[in-house]
Amino acid sequence: MDWGAIFGNAAVELISPTTAAYALAALGLAVHFGYTGLLNFGQAGFMALGAYGYAISILTFGFPVWGAFLVGVGASIVFALILGVPTLRLRADYLAIVTIAAAEIVRLLFTTNTFADVTGSANGLSGYKNEFAALNPLAPGSYGFGPFENNAYDTWLRIVAWSIVILAALLVWQIMRSPWGRVIKGIREDEDAVRALGKNVYAYKMQSLILGGVFGTIAGMIFALPRAVVPSNYQTTLTFFIYAILLLGGAATVLGPIIGSMIFWVLLSFFSGFVARAVEAGWLPFMTSVQGGQLRFILVGVAIMLIVIFRPQGIFGNKKELAFVR
Amino acid sequence: MSANAIPLDSSAPLEPPVPTQKPIKTTGLHVGDAEPGCRKVDPILVVDNVRRTFGGLTAVDVDHVEVPRGAITALIGPNGAGKTTLFNLLTGFDKPDEGTWTFDGRSLAGVPAYKVARMGQIRTFQLTKALGLLTVMDNMLLGAKGQTGENLFRALLPFLWRNQEADNRVKALDLLTRFKLDAKKDDYAASLSGGQRKLLEMARALMSDPTLVMLDEPMAGVNPALTQSLLDHILNLKSQGMTVLFVEHDMHMVRHIADWVIVMAEGKVVAEGDPHEVMKDPAVIDAYLGQHHDEDIGEDPDAETEHVSAVKELLDDER
Amino acid sequence: MKSTLTAARYVPRVLAILLLTLLAALTMATFSVSSAHADEVGTEYDYTVTGNVQFNGDALDGVAIALNGNGYKADTVTDADGKWAIGVPEKGTYKVTLDEDTLPDGVIVAKGGNVIDAEFGLTNRKSVNFFLGEGTRSTVNFFDQFVNRFVNGLNFGLLLALAAIGVSLIFGTTGLSNFAHAEMITFGALATLVLSVNLGLPIWLAILIAVVLSGGLGFGLDAVIWKPLRRKGVAVIPLMIVSIGLSLALRYVYQYFFGGSTSQLPGAGMRDLQFGPVSLSPIDMASMGVSIVVLLAVAYFLLRTRIGKATRAVSDNPSLASASGIDVDNVIRIVWVVGAALAGLSGVLWAYFRPGVSWDMGFQMLLLVFAAVTLGGLGTAFGALVGSIIVGLFVELSTLWLPSDMKIVGALVILILVLLFRPQGILGRKERIG
Repeated sequence: MDWGAIFGNAAVELISPTTAAYALAALGLAVHFGYTGLLNFGQAGFMALGAYGYAISILTFGFPVWGAFLVGVGASIVFALILGVPTLRLRADYLAIVTIAAAEIVRLLFTTNTFADVTGSANGLSGYKNEFAALNPLAPGSYGFGPFENNAYDTWLRIVAWSIVILAALLVWQIMRSPWGRVIKGIREDEDAVRALGKNVYAYKMQSLILGGVFGTIAGMIFALPRAVVPSNYQTTLTFFIYAILLLGGAATVLGPIIGSMIFWVLLSFFSGFVARAVEAGWLPFMTSVQGGQLRFILVGVAIMLIVIFRPQGIFGNKKELAFVR
Repeated sequence: MSANAIPLDSSAPLEPPVPTQKPIKTTGLHVGDAEPGCRKVDPILVVDNVRRTFGGLTAVDVDHVEVPRGAITALIGPNGAGKTTLFNLLTGFDKPDEGTWTFDGRSLAGVPAYKVARMGQIRTFQLTKALGLLTVMDNMLLGAKGQTGENLFRALLPFLWRNQEADNRVKALDLLTRFKLDAKKDDYAASLSGGQRKLLEMARALMSDPTLVMLDEPMAGVNPALTQSLLDHILNLKSQGMTVLFVEHDMHMVRHIADWVIVMAEGKVVAEGDPHEVMKDPAVIDAYLGQHHDEDIGEDPDAETEHVSAVKELLDDER
Repeated sequence: MKSTLTAARYVPRVLAILLLTLLAALTMATFSVSSAHADEVGTEYDYTVTGNVQFNGDALDGVAIALNGNGYKADTVTDADGKWAIGVPEKGTYKVTLDEDTLPDGVIVAKGGNVIDAEFGLTNRKSVNFFLGEGTRSTVNFFDQFVNRFVNGLNFGLLLALAAIGVSLIFGTTGLSNFAHAEMITFGALATLVLSVNLGLPIWLAILIAVVLSGGLGFGLDAVIWKPLRRKGVAVIPLMIVSIGLSLALRYVYQYFFGGSTSQLPGAGMRDLQFGPVSLSPIDMASMGVSIVVLLAVAYFLLRTRIGKATRAVSDNPSLASASGIDVDNVIRIVWVVGAALAGLSGVLWAYFRPGVSWDMGFQMLLLVFAAVTLGGLGTAFGALVGSIIVGLFVELSTLWLPSDMKIVGALVILILVLLFRPQGILGRKERIG
């Protein structure tokens, strides 16, 4: 068995743009769920808006990178408003149902043949990377070492992706220790009490929904840059994976989502690599390689259950501050 | 709901709690006879024709009532009289079917709860709402009004709000010391006892310098030792120029500290007056005292009866 | 591939404009396929999508098939045996479209639409079959179409209600929004498939046993997972996340054992009978009959039996019910068993309606179930029934105006609109949302 390749492939995930994208999306969810207590199950929808907003702006309208970025962010703000206006006054579980439904609406609108000219339907979109690559200040060549060695474009992408993640983490860290964050955490505990103290709870929830949603949108763009935009990537399962990462790291923490994403992807890659090779080597005669691939989804599902039941604060969460919405 | 009511600190006190200082009663609050809906010399809260129904059940139906300024007014009544519902309506936490009410001359009908609070009318809750996973200090700081750092964009620039935050901290510590909670300031509020949470909730309300403090059963579930200090605190509010309106079941306490008593039964105001006089009113004896003895449970009697009627309603629906 | 200028009008910047555009889109839905070669296409690839177009046992020659997905596009026509095959570069999901214009007169795609999403399972071949039926497409007038869709929608709504009532009862008694209900739906269909096709039992017996097994699954899940968690005092939202984890795990366990393909239950694709404008297969009629009988039985259970009344009392106020001597744990156990059995039955009917049994069929329906429950008012069993019928009708009727791959969008948009104007749902009482 080629252990070197298994470990190497797993190590690649540590700083891959996909890991950064999931970390950022999970950080957005931490703002929603961990800090504010909003049950957003539509993070995949925010990510899809980012990816498509960026790709369509460049491919159809020929916008520059910053313009495409702003289109994506703008779309997610509008999306957050559409979700928030009917539901933020209602009980928490309504938001869960509406967000999950809205994310599916977004995905189906991008999948339908009706708009195939713009969205590429089930094929999705590709060929929008040149504009981003053109901004690359690095000379062509190879950077990094060992499993972290990449060409100029991939290195540039990693630098940008992780810079955004770090900036976002600093932003969350700063606002959560400000009076604004105090109100937000108060809303998570008991929104009526906060309302009775003269805070406009509705406005704060909306701000939180928009902020976390914008993180999700930018994550969607980072997610799209190393690959094509395909609608089937933005299914509800994506949101569940991000929840798994968030719960793994700790819902009301800044570092949790980031480290959680790294652990998640490294472990998943290691596990997949190991099972695939174990099947190849005939160690698991009862299993085909396709079944081995499905095993990891089963594992994620079981992991979500076990974390919630046995370690609700996640890896980085404070034991006392369980950080769970009741 | 009622299942996760806060646990009682102890059984009901055997002896009536007495404030440590002799309360100075405010008198001469009303104009004319002390009858339901009578006018006050200087009302702070005026309620007109406020009605709230749940399904077919009328929870509150108040024609006219005025709350006197600068005094301690008790709102009493038997189970399901609509006291808490009236509280919710007056503070914007519930919307009446019809009616108007003014606070300090400004109409509050349709004003959302947070704006009501900003105007200086602060309430507490029957089931304490201490924010469990925030520290005691953070709970207090949350009570302060007009914080610059509560704006999302200004929150990013700490130099804009650092001084204000420090001032609020001093004020909070001062209040916590008065309420004997200063030793707990860095603990999570969840670790406090039921009585301490009541104190914290009251102290938190004072952070905003309110003009009218509305306390919903401040004594429910509070240990007798703390009851005394709670009574002192309520009297202090008055001496600092605040108006207090509170809901209470314990008649001894009402008699001791209240300057004025408003009695509700079946959603209506049935009597008003001086606490010693009002107890003699036959309407009060009918409405309230008849049921007094079987209710000192400390649980949530309003909610319970509402649930019973909800069940009844459900059974009626299917016929 | 993309025409930059003409496309500019369609960019989804405002949702409302988008939806309006959709109304007009039905007219431009048909594909024109160039049928250059009748032989196998894309033979250079390892993976193949194949099919066999037949009507009443006769092979149909020259029917145009188009395939599209994962950045790959190809088309072909059926040969004299009605067979077609398209090689594809990788495993994945492809949209396969049958051009109805190339079918002989009087033959149409009867069920499932002329576009099928084909996803590869364990093998390198994926077969895609269209359900053809007698009928004509263009001559049906709007009213007849409406009536036909209406009856179909009613059928769908009824089977949706079976699942929705379980979700609603479980939510009412435990506060849990059970995402794993999807897998309870799939379980019923998979169990029926195994019992009838693999073990050769008669279909009625297979369904009966499958429903009993589903009830057993509900009992087991409650005993092994939910009851211990209730004892532990786990709050509602963590419970919901546990149910999401369970849903994910179970769904892929199904895929692990059954693969990604779609199988048919015995009797699926039976010929439709014509009743005026309404075409229904005997299966459809049986499905509606079963739904109605079972729903009436559930109504009787809730309204007239002691345990049913206890269930509603627990729904209304668990602590009060408990104080008045009701064994809450027992009630919740019964709710899980009944809810799971109903979900299993709903899965069987859903397998006939779609048609087909697949590992994620329940999850495809789950959002509509949630939409139905929310529409009717969370926690009210009769609200769930009303909500389901509305969703069912809406999904089917919307295909009169929307392209069929958008029919779910309409139902979900309605859900959001209802929450905007009547947050407590249609039958919910205002106090419930507190």
